[in-house]
Amino acid sequence: MHNIRLIARLDVKGLNLVKGIQLEGLRKMGDPHFFAKRYYDDGIDEIIYMDIVASLYERDNIIDVVRKTTHDVFIPITVGGGIRSVDDVRKILRAGADKVAINTASIKSPNLISEVSQKFGSQCMVLSIEAKKKGKMKWEAYCDNGREKTGIDVLEWAKKGWKLGAGEILLTSVDMEGTAKGFDIELVKTVSSAVPIPVIASGGMGCVEDIEKVVGVGSADAVAMAHVLHYNIKSVGDIRKELLARQISVRMV
Amino acid sequence: MSNVVIIDYGMGNLLSVCRAFEHLGAKVVLTDSGKTVENADRVVLPGVGAFADGMKGLRDRGLVDSIKKYALNNRPFLGICLGMQMMFEISEEFGNHKGLCLIKGRVVAILKTGAEGRPHKIPHIGWNSLLIPYIRKSWNDTIFADVAPEESVYFVHSFVVVPKNEENNLAYCEYNGIKLCAAIKSGNMYGCQFHPEKSGDVGLRIIKKFLTLAV
Repeated sequence: MHNIRLIARLDVKGLNLVKGIQLEGLRKMGDPHFFAKRYYDDGIDEIIYMDIVASLYERDNIIDVVRKTTHDVFIPITVGGGIRSVDDVRKILRAGADKVAINTASIKSPNLISEVSQKFGSQCMVLSIEAKKKGKMKWEAYCDNGREKTGIDVLEWAKKGWKLGAGEILLTSVDMEGTAKGFDIELVKTVSSAVPIPVIASGGMGCVEDIEKVVGVGSADAVAMAHVLHYNIKSVGDIRKELLARQISVRMV
Repeated sequence: MSNVVIIDYGMGNLLSVCRAFEHLGAKVVLTDSGKTVENADRVVLPGVGAFADGMKGLRDRGLVDSIKKYALNNRPFLGICLGMQMMFEISEEFGNHKGLCLIKGRVVAILKTGAEGRPHKIPHIGWNSLLIPYIRKSWNDTIFADVAPEESVYFVHSFVVVPKNEENNLAYCEYNGIKLCAAIKSGNMYGCQFHPEKSGDVGLRIIKKFLTLAV
């Protein structure tokens, strides 16, 4: 068994951490760096910053947030949202990020996946997929932070993304996001068993049992959580302890 | 306060490496100059990406001979990830490519299946425990002196080093039952396959120890 990664997902709008429900209805929570530092001190394995308005308004605030974070947070940082070119990726990596998560731009031009992975290595190219259930075992990929339909089948897109050079898949369920009612286990299982690269389950984490299910049944390699952490429902340390008690292998801190 | 020269040869995210060293009070000099490397008393070779690109980056800047010259005198040297892999003689990543030959051995692809024969995910990404190789009794007198066995550090790699001489193995980790070399040592020359600058407190302890190696 390999250690499951626990990832804090911080959706950022402008200079604020925000938390929404099903990627809409946002609530401002404060300085993202403050939250990232707290999770780091509590033993989170990775941080994901998602600039949720960048692809709409083309803003660069996230660069400042990342730069600030690298001063006192020494774990991997992934940045997503509004990344459109190899040049954007370079800027974000220079600011101290380790990986980029790309959704919208890769749907518009899939070759961006290959360009990024060839230029910076596949380990830093995370394909971000926003999946909305369409029917039995069918999901459609959405872009622009769950706002736009693409008509693309999630499973096909995941396989294509891997073949183009993605090193990881961040798989967000648009249906479950912000509900705290659990991950879309079927979705994660379907994608994870179809690609040989790690899959990060995102959207819906409400309790530790949700992680147990998405890892055990869904074969997730990592889980992204937001709600439980941002609202201080559970600390990273408590989650880790409870997972260990359930014999889910996570890093010993 | 220690000075440390970090080699910038166009590969990857150097800011994180610099920040980690600065956080521990080191004065960081980022350089692509061979002369600076040769005259340094503590050198770090970081890097993320493909082996051939990395070596080309070093060659294009005339850094290969400078690093070799530096390494001759047993001064503290730390290769991280790709930087560690390039310390070896040859890599099989996308064809055979010659490395810096500071340490005997090769760089090979991680086996596609675990010990039980089941396919597993490549790259090996995530936190994994550091273990002491059988031939070593402890990590005393190494940069791992303040690390306890089984503490975890962050890995992300598809290739792994295989040192020719067992005694160069400083630490290993297990990925679905297969052993992967996690760190190497030859005198004051060290290499880490994982990212100490991204491994939280454990990584910072390793870097701190590296900064105190006698010059």
